[in-house]
Amino acid sequence: MTGIVCRGVEVAFGPVEVLRGVDLEVAPGGWVTVVGPNGAGKSTLLRAVAGLLAARGEVLVDDLRVEAATRRQVARLVAVVPQEPVIPPGMRVIDYVLLGRTAHVGFFAAEGDADVAAATAALVDLDAGGLADRTVDTLSGGERQRVVVARALAQESPVLLLDEPTTALDVGHQQDMLELVDRLRTDRGLTVLATMHDLTLAGQYADRLVMLDAGRVAASGTAAEVLTGEAVARHYGARVRVIDDPSGPIVVPMRTGPDDT
Amino acid sequence: MTATTHEPERAGRFRPAGLRPWWVATGIGAVVVAGLAGLVLGPASLGVGDVLTELADRLPFVDTESGLGERQRAIVWEIRLPRVVLGLLVGAMLATAGGAYQGVFRNPLADPYLLGVAAGAGFGATVAIVAGLGDGTGVFDAVPMAAFAGALLAVTLTYLVGATGGRLDPVTSLVLAGVAVASFFTAVQTFVQQRDSETIRQVYFFVLGQLRTAGWAEVGLVAPYTGVCLLVILALRRRMDALGVGDEEAGSLGLDVRRVRLVAVLAASLGTAAAVAVSGLIGFVGIIVPHTIRLLFGASYRVILPLTVLFGGAFLVAADLVARLALEPAEIPIGVVTAFLGAPFFVLVLRTARRSR
Repeated sequence: MTGIVCRGVEVAFGPVEVLRGVDLEVAPGGWVTVVGPNGAGKSTLLRAVAGLLAARGEVLVDDLRVEAATRRQVARLVAVVPQEPVIPPGMRVIDYVLLGRTAHVGFFAAEGDADVAAATAALVDLDAGGLADRTVDTLSGGERQRVVVARALAQESPVLLLDEPTTALDVGHQQDMLELVDRLRTDRGLTVLATMHDLTLAGQYADRLVMLDAGRVAASGTAAEVLTGEAVARHYGARVRVIDDPSGPIVVPMRTGPDDT
Repeated sequence: MTATTHEPERAGRFRPAGLRPWWVATGIGAVVVAGLAGLVLGPASLGVGDVLTELADRLPFVDTESGLGERQRAIVWEIRLPRVVLGLLVGAMLATAGGAYQGVFRNPLADPYLLGVAAGAGFGATVAIVAGLGDGTGVFDAVPMAAFAGALLAVTLTYLVGATGGRLDPVTSLVLAGVAVASFFTAVQTFVQQRDSETIRQVYFFVLGQLRTAGWAEVGLVAPYTGVCLLVILALRRRMDALGVGDEEAGSLGLDVRRVRLVAVLAASLGTAAAVAVSGLIGFVGIIVPHTIRLLFGASYRVILPLTVLFGGAFLVAADLVARLALEPAEIPIGVVTAFLGAPFFVLVLRTARRSR
């Protein structure tokens, strides 16, 4: 199985420093979720791990230096489920999932039976086989998310990066999606690195959490260690109550009434 | 949820986008019909049967007598057939180049002339005509050569300018560079053209496009370029589907986006330059044909590009036929015909396709 190691990762967009020396480790077969307020650098960190932007420092996936590797090498190790996937109009679901095979098909070649089989298996694995002949632009939010995950599975890469996989979904679909990822992680031996906004869900599904704030790691550890009322208040500027529950810390927003001030 | 209960049975039947045999058959049929019409129709009317027999006679191991006279044979072999073949090559090339540009730039309005190819070719041809270097006929004539050189010069300039686009994303800066280069070459071309009123008519015909001067020499000039360029573009059809999800996602799927774009744009530009050199500027083919295919047969480039080769060729041969016959014995520039027939047809397809979805 394959793990991820980040050492001193720095990313700047022009004069704006987005990541300022992030250290992070995901054990093989583990699930780490990155949390943090808007603009903390969560998505940027994921893109750096996928080698999609120029980063200083070191990103190792299975001992491969992502910065120095070809797109094809990285894609065979890392599959990405983007936050807002581009939906090509008129493309059928099966063809969309087959795009996941790009790293396995030669430059001038077309995919073969094995590639179609991998895409089919991914769709069936996600209970999305019935969508195969629909076009991607006609899917609902939940269906679309499944199909994007199916494309990542078809890639057959041992590392799965999920950028806010639940943001567009209702609470039922959020749970379905995260249960699904957890099952796939076990069944296929995947290593998962995700970003999430919902702190309660983040804590319930990940082995470990990393809280980013302003491009630095503010806290990391188990959900109970990271999700304290004090930490959420400081880094999110939010008023919350954290309730201890057997499933993990439950983070509840509190409204300050007009009389309280 | 959306799960269905009978996936295992369905699972074996998923078929990726691909050509269906009858689509290809339709395309080949269109090429044959347009080609035959191009051979048969004209000032000297020939019988379909006679022309077919005459063609069959040249096949190895076939010996028949078509009943065509010496002069009619010459019309078939030396005038109409090279013109039909040239129309097929130029039409296929322009249409496929359009499809390729639309794919790699993810812009439905991208066409073969996007990167200044047309303006550069127009400039080259105008200079050659005004300088009296050639009369626009024959393979070693200076006009197609100058057009070819001008087209390549413009594309190269567009690249160099586009590469300095700074903070703009590479596609936008390349397209903007193309607009700037095209405007510049058009300005220079107009300047050169206006200085010499005697050759304006000849320049005008080149700019509007023509297959009038077609002979085997032109076919020989353009065939190697279009052949190689078409094959390269067709081989990239799967990668172009992957580009549909945008540069970053395509990169995360393992695609070397810059390499695909570079190879496709080079092939499309080189092929267009060769086509323009012999046919002048024939507009609209690169927009109308691939979009019509897309509306009728689906959005995958695995389908669009091969069918565009066939229907692009057939469309241009048909348009050339109209150009020859509509005002007989005078000839209309073929670019006028492609726009005049193409635009309404395209509107029709657009409306029908919308309704059927």
